Amino acid sequence: MARITLDNLAHSYNPTPASQDDYALKELNYDWEDGEAYALLGSSGCGKSTLLNIISGLLMPSQGRILFDGKDVTRAPTAERNIAQVFQFPVVYDTMTVHDNLAFPLRNRGRDETYVAERVQEIARMIGMEDMLRKKARGLGADAKQKISLGRGMVRKDVNALLFDEPLTVIDPHMKWELRTQLKKLHHDFGHTMIYVTHDQTEALTFADKVVVMYDGRVVQIGTPEELFERPAHTFVGYFIGSPGMNVIPAKVEGTKAYINGSEIALGAGYAPVSGKVEIGVRPEFARLSESEGLPVKVRRVEDAGRHKIIRAEFFGQDINIIAGEDDPVRADMTRVTFDPARVNVYTNDWRVAPQSATGGEAA
Amino acid sequence: MQQKTTNQKAWFLVLPVLVLVAFSAVIPLMTVVNYSVQDTFGNNQFFWAGLEWFQEMLSDERMWNALQRQLMFSGIILAIEIPLGIFVALNMPKSGFWSSFCLVVMSLPLLIPWNVVGTIWQIFGRVDIGLLGYTLDALGIDYNYTQDTVSAWITIIVMDVWHWTSLVALLAFAGLKSIPDAYYQAARIDQANRWKVFRFIELPKMMGVLMIAILLRFMDSFMIYTEPFVVTGGGPGNATTLLSIDLVKMALGQFDLGPAAAFSLMYFLVILLISWVFYTVMVNLDKKGM
Repeated sequence: MARITLDNLAHSYNPTPASQDDYALKELNYDWEDGEAYALLGSSGCGKSTLLNIISGLLMPSQGRILFDGKDVTRAPTAERNIAQVFQFPVVYDTMTVHDNLAFPLRNRGRDETYVAERVQEIARMIGMEDMLRKKARGLGADAKQKISLGRGMVRKDVNALLFDEPLTVIDPHMKWELRTQLKKLHHDFGHTMIYVTHDQTEALTFADKVVVMYDGRVVQIGTPEELFERPAHTFVGYFIGSPGMNVIPAKVEGTKAYINGSEIALGAGYAPVSGKVEIGVRPEFARLSESEGLPVKVRRVEDAGRHKIIRAEFFGQDINIIAGEDDPVRADMTRVTFDPARVNVYTNDWRVAPQSATGGEAA
Repeated sequence: MQQKTTNQKAWFLVLPVLVLVAFSAVIPLMTVVNYSVQDTFGNNQFFWAGLEWFQEMLSDERMWNALQRQLMFSGIILAIEIPLGIFVALNMPKSGFWSSFCLVVMSLPLLIPWNVVGTIWQIFGRVDIGLLGYTLDALGIDYNYTQDTVSAWITIIVMDVWHWTSLVALLAFAGLKSIPDAYYQAARIDQANRWKVFRFIELPKMMGVLMIAILLRFMDSFMIYTEPFVVTGGGPGNATTLLSIDLVKMALGQFDLGPAAAFSLMYFLVILLISWVFYTVMVNLDKKGM
């Protein structure tokens, strides 16, 4: 296990990058703490797999260094880094039995057979495949194969980190929960540093202590699930996390007030004068329909999601979403919307602006 | 009104195929069968011979010798071409200009008509004017494919390897290209060495195409005629007289139509049998998910 340090790391698949746009991974400095579980979250093509492959040594970064416990491993081959990685599609050695598949990484490192047998038994119990050890891997289904890949990743005790590249994509939904719970338990029991790449926010938020959100080759926010939810650092985070995502509305901000088309909205804190593209962001959870208070809104549609209702509405010519509790009434005369002032974030050019002073309520 | 559920006119749709197969396969084959059970002295006079020709051929050492040579030839070229083809495929550039370049260069021998391949090697190997024959002779190596059995065998084997290894290599290359990158990456993480990558990833994933390559090369080499005929004419003596060369000698050289017909039917049955075995094996492999 190790602390992984990224130092000025960047990567471009183009050997002679001309501009920032050529970089699949833009410059990045970060310390991955020893023994924590991280999720790398982002949409397809945002650079999360690139980052993962650089850490595991499958890809050489075009700039910067990677350190494991302070030791520079940027040029070290994968084998030297002692990393385990599980891929999106199950990789099993078809002609081997399940037992031999699990034993493969240990045997390649010349561990003695009694230790190998013991370890394989342990892992087989963990992934629930004890009774299948003698079977050939070829005939198994996708989720059994992926369990073998997971097992092969965990069979070595001394790995520096366990990396997962969307490992549950091919797994049935009910198995997903089970495997994710098992991973979480493993992390709890053995304390490996784990990095889990996914585009599924539920997966990321339930698995990780810290979620790293990536957008367009850049890390836009690193934080706990709670931080990402309440104080998204970038409009992308607000939009990507949450279902539906945060409402982002162009506004003018002056002190403790925001103005949308001249109408006033209270903010939870005071802001220094801001310039550029100014927007406010409010999660649908913190917006409320009302009869008399707030600003006018035109309700278009109400979707009942069971535990809550999602109200799709038009607000000054823009689509916004409001989440109302299951028992909250939604009536035709409710034509106004209010926002919880403490939960309104201010953005300029898509980045969150820290408030200057608190004016009561919860300040960020 | 009752709905009509059968329509006999549909048979007309199958008719073209039936006619085509009849003229291209069934009628020629039945002609051979006809010859194989009768004796003829020309003038369309036929005498019933029963299984006499078959018995004669089966007890004739000539056919057994030709079969033995044939199996040896097919065995040797498979033992060389399959491993060599895999080796070439493993060492080819996987992408970019040089990959396409290699593919084109390797396809060239496959595009040359068999007759021309034979002629090329026939001249190439000549001791008086051929580059290969002359060079070997100048180096003091005793090489002469028209007189020496070993030289003749080496020549036709090298020729076949030159002509057909590309096919195996191209098929193996296609098999290799279909292996997802993740397999190689996983192998690096599992610290598998080069041999293990080949043994546990590449070879199993190539198995399907390799079976096809083996089948194709076996059948083709088992029926080979043109190239060795052009180079050695089956000689020296009968040293390189393979099955089909022997058959043509018998049928067209000696005009022994009855025995030749019996011979070719047995030849045909052997090929059919081997194809069936291969097919069964391949279907079973498919079922196991390869």
